[in-house]
Amino acid sequence: MSEFLQHLVNMLVLGGTYALLGIGLTLIFGIMNVVNFTHGVLYTFGAYIMFIVVQQLGLNFFLALPVAVLAGWLLGAAIELTLLRPLRGSDIDTTMLVMIGAWIAMQSGALWIWGGVAKSVTTPFPEAPLVLGPVSVSWLRLFVLAAAALLILVTYLLINRTSLGRAMRATFQDHDTAALMGVNVDMIYTSTFAIGSSLAAAAGALLGPVYVIFPQMGDLAAVKAFAIVILGGLGNITGAVIGGFILALAEELGAGYVSSGYRDAMGFLIIIAVLIFKPTGLFARAERVG
Amino acid sequence: MTRALGLVRTIALTTALVGGAAGAQTIKIGVNEPLTGAFAASGTYVVNGAKIAADEINAKGGVLGKKIELVIEDNKSNPTEAAAVAEKLITSDKVPVLMGAWGSSLTLAVMPKLMEYETPMVVETSSSGKITTTGNPFIFRISPPSAVEAAAFKGIVDKLALKKVDFLVINNDWGRGTAEDFSKMMKEKGIAIGLVETMDQGAQDMSAQLSKIKSSDSETVIVTTAVDQLTLIFKQAAALGLKKRIITTGGSQNPDQIIAQAGAAANGTMHLTTFLPWFPDKTPNPEATNYFITEWKKRGFEFAGCTESFRGYDGIRTVAAAIEKAGKAEPAAIKAAFWDINIKGLNGDIVFRKSGPEGKESGQSQPNVYLIEINDGKVGMKTL
Repeated sequence: MSEFLQHLVNMLVLGGTYALLGIGLTLIFGIMNVVNFTHGVLYTFGAYIMFIVVQQLGLNFFLALPVAVLAGWLLGAAIELTLLRPLRGSDIDTTMLVMIGAWIAMQSGALWIWGGVAKSVTTPFPEAPLVLGPVSVSWLRLFVLAAAALLILVTYLLINRTSLGRAMRATFQDHDTAALMGVNVDMIYTSTFAIGSSLAAAAGALLGPVYVIFPQMGDLAAVKAFAIVILGGLGNITGAVIGGFILALAEELGAGYVSSGYRDAMGFLIIIAVLIFKPTGLFARAERVG
Repeated sequence: MTRALGLVRTIALTTALVGGAAGAQTIKIGVNEPLTGAFAASGTYVVNGAKIAADEINAKGGVLGKKIELVIEDNKSNPTEAAAVAEKLITSDKVPVLMGAWGSSLTLAVMPKLMEYETPMVVETSSSGKITTTGNPFIFRISPPSAVEAAAFKGIVDKLALKKVDFLVINNDWGRGTAEDFSKMMKEKGIAIGLVETMDQGAQDMSAQLSKIKSSDSETVIVTTAVDQLTLIFKQAAALGLKKRIITTGGSQNPDQIIAQAGAAANGTMHLTTFLPWFPDKTPNPEATNYFITEWKKRGFEFAGCTESFRGYDGIRTVAAAIEKAGKAEPAAIKAAFWDINIKGLNGDIVFRKSGPEGKESGQSQPNVYLIEINDGKVGMKTL
């Protein structure tokens, strides 16, 4: 029983960051219809910003987080303005190839700048964990969970309670009509991509100090983000949050009670099942066709 | 304008020719190591150790009157890439001999290429038993196979009063081979084997496996993986309140890095290593060890990397000795010469003995294995 409780706690902590990774990607896909292959690199970028600010500049850990989010926002906006805007209206394959190119170029850039050897970030949290009866969890991970929850809440409010959010939702439903109603669709696209990117960078900035930081760290994260998005339904933010926790649960219980060798396979088995039985995602609402 | 272009072309051509001629005066050694991916830290250390050996040899006049040149390629911690890199080094760079490929799965992937192109390779790190038992006569290994590690550890299991042991190993030939060889040895000693948990080489979160181990009824965990994953395991084990004795194997732990990154969590842990940079006087070749450590520090590398990098140093010196003995830089001659060399490595004499099926034996030297313990953030020796 105590082992099961520990697995549940691990799941909560892991799920929070998975959710953060998933919503950034699903937001961009839902609104812009762009498969963002640079999502993983933006995650890596956020982690390296933490490394630069905390380890190289010696500044405060908590100050580094907003810096990473802002840097992710700016890099995302730059990618949108230079790569995606000129390609507006081209087919999804072209955009996808350009994004794959950008992913490879940026990852090689990270390798060129920082080298392949993993870096780590020191945190202000105590080494000793918080122990609650049979379960224990590190303070750093609790902080990461809290920060992830806060970011998810902010994103949710931004989309559902602000005029920018209303314009984003309108563009998501029908961008021609939104444009006719006076929504600046170009601006919405840039903002969406920048917000999605800053969420990826935030996830990297939060998880970089938990693990280690290296140029390819985003690859596995991106694969998981795609899995979460498929699980939750493309463009569905609530679905991505729940999908993040489902993936974490599947991994924890799969590794704990089935076989740790197949830990990363568990999530993908679920996805195969979802694609076969409910291809629009677990939480898809009825949608107008055509 | 045309004349200027012509001039540029002539200069370029001359440079290329001179460069090419200079190239022919060196003896190339292919180095196939993971410089990116899961084993980047370890592979980079090995390459830096190899460079120290190459510089030392060249400063003393090189081999057969020529300078040696390391052709270093990154196998990206990926077996497919490791095989491709070996092919590239042999066919395009025309190296007569290789050193590589750090991980067991990487080395095993390279081995068919060695057969195909009949080119020998010194294996400096890999520990899977399969490497020297499958009948590949182009393999010359200077690192200990996991069965040798297990045998060395056998002497101390009584003193440690082990009763039941869990394993947490990297999910590849290295980790699974170690779990197999150590389980076999321990069963002979009457020690019970509990869980055998695995982790993907790129995995960063081992909390699920560690939670499971935390709830088991064993008192000791044997952990096999490289340094980056190890430090994560120590941190995550501490965060989960896992209070079992941890013993690591494989010689790629870099204990000082564990102390630096895992802090108090590292105390009381034991590590099977193949080099003693903390106690140069206790190594089989103190003079060479001191030279190597001084040179390593002089180049500004972290001391922690010594336990890994010495293998690159020994590997290149082994290759150079074989080329010298062969009298020419040709694969067949070098392969034959490996059987006749006897050099003083930093971890014992490097002399190859036959291993594997008759007629196509691989070479295996018999390096030392040491058990060290971390206490109060310091490395101490445990006598085996």
